[in-house]
Amino acid sequence: MKSFIALVTREVRLAWTGGGLWLPIVFYLAVATLFPFVTGPDKALLARTGGGILWIAALLATLLPIERLILPDRQSGVLDQLALRGWSDELVATAKIAGQIVAFGLPLILATVVGSALIGLPEAQLGTLLLGLALALPALSGLSVMIAALTAGLSGASALGGLLLVPLTIPLLIFGAGTLAEDPRNAMQLLAATSLAITALSPFAAGAALRAGRI
Amino acid sequence: MSSRQASLPSLSLENVAVIRGNRLVLCDLTVTARAGDIIWIRGANGCGKSTLLRLVAGLLTVTSGAVKAEGRIALADESLALDANVTLEHALQFWADMDGASASERSAALADMDLQGVAKIPVRFLSTGQRKRASIARVLASKADIWLLDEPYNGLDSASCARLDQAITSRAASGGIILVAAHQPPSINVAHSLVLDNQGVAA
Repeated sequence: MKSFIALVTREVRLAWTGGGLWLPIVFYLAVATLFPFVTGPDKALLARTGGGILWIAALLATLLPIERLILPDRQSGVLDQLALRGWSDELVATAKIAGQIVAFGLPLILATVVGSALIGLPEAQLGTLLLGLALALPALSGLSVMIAALTAGLSGASALGGLLLVPLTIPLLIFGAGTLAEDPRNAMQLLAATSLAITALSPFAAGAALRAGRI
Repeated sequence: MSSRQASLPSLSLENVAVIRGNRLVLCDLTVTARAGDIIWIRGANGCGKSTLLRLVAGLLTVTSGAVKAEGRIALADESLALDANVTLEHALQFWADMDGASASERSAALADMDLQGVAKIPVRFLSTGQRKRASIARVLASKADIWLLDEPYNGLDSASCARLDQAITSRAASGGIILVAAHQPPSINVAHSLVLDNQGVAA
């Protein structure tokens, strides 16, 4: 357990020292800033569609760290050294997902607060949006680690990562956007269930990809 | 874990064959090693030395045959496995924590490889020889029973080679098993030398 925490801590440190702390926030804020340029300064329209735009921004921001999640550790031999010490690939993937929830989730929540203020989202919706994103975060982290493991070392990995991520996040996006409707309760439950299923499955998929990539 | 540590380390490969990338890399290889053995693995480039070490480390699976290793294993190959942006001390401590080694054991390993002077320097600034010594220090600090060293003498100056020889002999004397894959003959007494030919067969 101590080693597991050490590995999670390392993930967070690597993410935040490698630009991972600011990059998603800047990306997120860029989307929130650009959106009103497209729609015009129509306050009612922004309030109505802003939540959905922030959801899309969150899903796309998931792609940003993919290249540095698995590949550097494979190249530097860290994954080999962990396997040598009896770590199962699934456990390594779980630690990476847990690290990603912290390293990516905290900045994302912060950026959402700022971004929603920029778009002028009603305060009542901000709470729903934050809760929805917090529910989806484990799934987004699981997907990013899984896709990073699948595409590590392939040429054009980031483009491929985008192609893989988009269909897999559709259920999250549907229910996530659904929570922004009048009564968020049903959509919130479905979002939680989807997120749970994806989060539970992703360490196994990522672990299998890590194993297959060891040559 | 404690029962494994209490028993003497041993290593045996029986009629092992490995296929990597559609190529038969190792074939019909049988090796046994007991506590205190130092085995020098040699052979031409691409004959399967690194494959053999990765196999013993459990990072590859055999196509046929059996590998049995008793005892904790440490591997130093061409990958450093130390985080580039933290100090050497900090990077080594990460693995020392994983292996249950204390900070003083980690410092002793640094001292054994004459790395105290660069302990506070980020890993990315280390020279080739210092990197090699750092990866050996990682093995030293791991307190493992079986050491797998892939070309450990590459890039080392003569003083560092002597330090490595010293570390290898003292670990062997305290009941460890050391497999060294190297082109140059080690300057220490080796129990066996295992020569692999181009078909990965022990010649």
